[in-house]
Amino acid sequence: MFDLTGKRALVTGASGGIGGGVAEALHAAGATVALSGTREAPLAELAAKLGDRAHVVTANLSDAEAVEALPKAAAEAMGGIDILVNNAGITRDNLFMRMSDEEWAQVIEVNLTSSFRLMRGVLRGMMKARWGRIVNITSVVGTTGNPGQGNYAAAKAGLVGMSKSLAYEVASRGITVNCVAPGFIATAMTDKLNDDQKGKILTQIPAGAMGSAQDIAAAVLYLSSPEAGYVTGATLHVNGGMAMV
Amino acid sequence: MSDIADRVKKIVVEHLGVDEDKVVETASFIDDLGADSLDTVELVMAFEEEFGIEIPDDAAETIQTFGDAVNFIKGAV
Repeated sequence: MFDLTGKRALVTGASGGIGGGVAEALHAAGATVALSGTREAPLAELAAKLGDRAHVVTANLSDAEAVEALPKAAAEAMGGIDILVNNAGITRDNLFMRMSDEEWAQVIEVNLTSSFRLMRGVLRGMMKARWGRIVNITSVVGTTGNPGQGNYAAAKAGLVGMSKSLAYEVASRGITVNCVAPGFIATAMTDKLNDDQKGKILTQIPAGAMGSAQDIAAAVLYLSSPEAGYVTGATLHVNGGMAMV
Repeated sequence: MSDIADRVKKIVVEHLGVDEDKVVETASFIDDLGADSLDTVELVMAFEEEFGIEIPDDAAETIQTFGDAVNFIKGAV
């Protein structure tokens, strides 16, 4: 249904579970993808698996200069950028009273400020093309809050407000800006939880199961598609019902 | 009319979809030619590309009219 043939997508955090799944889904729909992340090896592995139409562009998103250079490198590799998926994120969890300025600043820098810079960097091409899709991966905790994640929740909620503001500005130019908010998604990180911990989490999820990277990827694919052109400033919650907002 | 003014006028006419005779020296992009704030950003981007120059944000803010644009570009190329 969703055909992205000829579209060029930059996906950050593509070495992770969700980012990799997103890149695969966009690629399978026909898009050319630029896979970004800090570690080259897993990106190269994914690119090899995808075959044609896959490029690797490494970037450390805590480095402002690297962030500025990333859209240029991706556009050079692909000939332009039609779709930006800001998926990369880090956590530095700590109780509020113990949280250091550094833990706060690192999470804001990578999760919020780098997304701002990347969005700014891709806009010129999208404005000229009169077409663009920006999808920011947020989190259910940006809406609900989560103990120990004051910094992360602030960054994710910040992404939502930023996305809506940009959505206003560029809607008349055929560019949409949306968010996808995952709930509990099974990744390498959640594999480390024991059965007891997993059981407790599952009691909060009406669907009775954790989500998969593919669940998130499908939402991103939709919001990246021509069919979603009338959807902007929205947050699509993909969480099995754990927060119905 | 100079070559620069002609090229600027062509960009303005194409981008804003206005009649060429409305694009006069004192015509304000926003007040007279129907541009919104995003149009003005796009016009500056188009000028930068057409003339191979950089127009910094603080200079872009001073470019309100067609005449402002022509004068700035004449000084920059």
